[in-house]
Amino acid sequence: MNVDLRILRFDPEKDTEPHWQTYQIEVRPMDKVLDLLIRVKGEQDGSLSFRRSCGHGICGSDAMLINNRNRLACKTRVDQIGKKISVAPLPGLPVVRDLVVDMSGFFTKYRSVKPYLINDEPEPERERLQTQKDRARFDDTTKCILCAACTTACPSFWARPEYVGPAAIVQAHRFIFDSRDEGANERLEILSDENGVWRCRTIFNCVDACPRGINITGAILDVSKAIVARRG
Amino acid sequence: MEYPFDAVVVGAGGAGLWAALELAREGVNTAVLTKLYPTRSHTGTAQGGVCAALGNLEEDHWEWHMFDTVKGGDYLTDQDAAEVLAREAIETVIELEHMGLPFNRTAEGKIDQRRFGGHTRNYGEAAVRRSCFAADRTGHMILQTLYQQCIKHGVKFFDEFQVVDLLFEGDPAKGGRAAGVVAHRLADGQLHTFRAKAVLIATGGFGRMFRITSNAHSLTGDGVALVYRHGLPIEDMEFFQFHPTGIVGIGILLSEAARGEGGTLLNDLGERFMERYAPKLMELAPRDMVSRAMYQEIRAGRGIGGKDYVYLDVRHLGRKVIEEKIPDITEFARLYQGVEPLKEPVPVQPTAHYAMGGIPTTVWAEVTRDEKNTVVPGLFAAGECACVSVHGANRLGTNSLVDLLVFGRRSGRQMARYCGQVDRPRPIADATEPIRAQLEAIRDRAASGDRADSVAAIRHDLQDVMMDNVGVYRDAGLLSVALTKVRELKQRHGRVSIADCSHVFNTELLEANELGYLLDLAEITVVGALARQESRGAHSREDFPERDDKKWLKHTLAYRGKDGPTLKYKPVSITRFEPKPRTY
Repeated sequence: MNVDLRILRFDPEKDTEPHWQTYQIEVRPMDKVLDLLIRVKGEQDGSLSFRRSCGHGICGSDAMLINNRNRLACKTRVDQIGKKISVAPLPGLPVVRDLVVDMSGFFTKYRSVKPYLINDEPEPERERLQTQKDRARFDDTTKCILCAACTTACPSFWARPEYVGPAAIVQAHRFIFDSRDEGANERLEILSDENGVWRCRTIFNCVDACPRGINITGAILDVSKAIVARRG
Repeated sequence: MEYPFDAVVVGAGGAGLWAALELAREGVNTAVLTKLYPTRSHTGTAQGGVCAALGNLEEDHWEWHMFDTVKGGDYLTDQDAAEVLAREAIETVIELEHMGLPFNRTAEGKIDQRRFGGHTRNYGEAAVRRSCFAADRTGHMILQTLYQQCIKHGVKFFDEFQVVDLLFEGDPAKGGRAAGVVAHRLADGQLHTFRAKAVLIATGGFGRMFRITSNAHSLTGDGVALVYRHGLPIEDMEFFQFHPTGIVGIGILLSEAARGEGGTLLNDLGERFMERYAPKLMELAPRDMVSRAMYQEIRAGRGIGGKDYVYLDVRHLGRKVIEEKIPDITEFARLYQGVEPLKEPVPVQPTAHYAMGGIPTTVWAEVTRDEKNTVVPGLFAAGECACVSVHGANRLGTNSLVDLLVFGRRSGRQMARYCGQVDRPRPIADATEPIRAQLEAIRDRAASGDRADSVAAIRHDLQDVMMDNVGVYRDAGLLSVALTKVRELKQRHGRVSIADCSHVFNTELLEANELGYLLDLAEITVVGALARQESRGAHSREDFPERDDKKWLKHTLAYRGKDGPTLKYKPVSITRFEPKPRTY
């Protein structure tokens, strides 16, 4: 089967505006969109630029806009999306080149929520104990691979780029609800400001985009409730 | 641009991040350079767990772990290093928990542990629960946790800076010391010099020389090849692990955890064929043995439908175990193979997975340059790119993570000590010129138009010959053909042409450069394999099927010579366990 693969191209050294380029390519059974991009680069046009690494949905390098939805190219099977495929960079972030976006703002927001265990008590000789129930409380949000598919799918983020965004809230959730962590107050303070959780309009685009199946809107609601509870 | 630092860490996987964390804690001015973003590193794909003799569920001792590591490595493992590994595994895992790693828990709230291939109680009696895990995303959680701690401690990262050369004061092969690195910034194609007293190579593996591999596209052996090009030896490259359970045709890994939880391997007759090869440990025998057993079954016509794969069956584990303990690999089988593991067995075949060989180091991660283990001052290596050697001829499951944690931590501590003792090297005039000339030569051929010599075409041919001739089974004929072909490919690479002229995020240029690394490392692998006339661990010669301790109980050291690698050998450290026949 042949498909038309449209790719939004942009090279700042020669282009003033992004433009679509179409490649005809033969698709094999079980091909992912990443396989097509690699074949285009190898066989038709070496100048196509995109990020990729692990190729199976763990490293988070190849999030992009595929047929108008944010997905990982390595987890998107061609047979599940039809014969016409369009690929563009993640929306809402500056484009560096072709499918490569500038991730620095995304990671700055990630860092802003103090994404590390805060616990100043002396460490025990062995592991800290944690019940299976307490461990399960934050299991879902430990799956996040920081691919940015959720944040860049969020209309609230498009409208207000200062919004900390779903990914950073997911990362905060992972610690706020970890029974070993004592930094919840600091993080809730950060997330209750004007660019925090209240920007979420429960549109669920993030949940739809997440390649790890995380219930992101649920996590944002958990954090919102914790902020309200803290205020008493 | 030139940056003065005290320490530079190249690579931001588990080893590099832990080293950086130690350096930051000691207040050493450190830069971490990665060609990706740190959280994209391949440590993140490790699934099944990290072994440490915590004894949370049953009796266990670090001596047992050490023995398993030595025996698993077919006695090529350096026993002084294996002792460090097994002892310090315990404290590093506890420290990770203190850093916040979300391990699965036992009913008592301790770190949960499960069985893993080759890990046994009481020196080989039966499988033991030693692997500490976070579902089947243990590596992901290790990478995330270490990155979080680095952020907490203010580590300075240079993301998407690809190191393309190493700098030395004097000739490192003759006593010169490390002086820094040169890095290519992907965003604008500029070369930057990082001057430093201590340099850690933590660039991971190079499985991309094979067609079917579990390794990320970025695993091209950059650091190993750069060390080799500066005249330093590379150790034991003929030992490359093929993991038994890769997804057919593409090699994505289905963790050994599936077998650790009770999954079985079946041939076309529905037999658990491992009972013929490893009656005691069955599917939990070490990987080299399981991969060979699968090939034997396939050759005897007992592959599924007579084809080149067998089945991994987890159906009897039940939905709860599958969804709670191996959820990710279950999804891989669904997405990448179109198979529902709850209802049907999953087709699997061996996949190129892990380099036991690499840059020779001491147990303090100091790079060594000869048979006497003379240290290259200021140069360190840790993780898969290094060869301590804790894995010998075959690595046990989870010991890759143990290795990068234990020796990543040690490298950071040793670098901090070293930085306190020496002055910063002098600036090197024209430090970027040699590599600039090489990269410009490739760019100048941009748009020359001959696709026969494209990066993709040469890489494809390399991956084919390595997979077909330097795989699970080898012999002199296959290896000789491979050597000729790899050398032809090196010639072709000398005129590699690219289509991309841009300076911005020019991944084709970098892939052309990386392909050069893979070719160098493939050549060393083949030369080492051809020379080693015995079968040991993952190196299985059909023309020399027995292990030969009299002649070959020694490590290979490959040096760059005028006409390809030249080989020397160095002794194995044997402290506690005399070599014995290896049965399971």
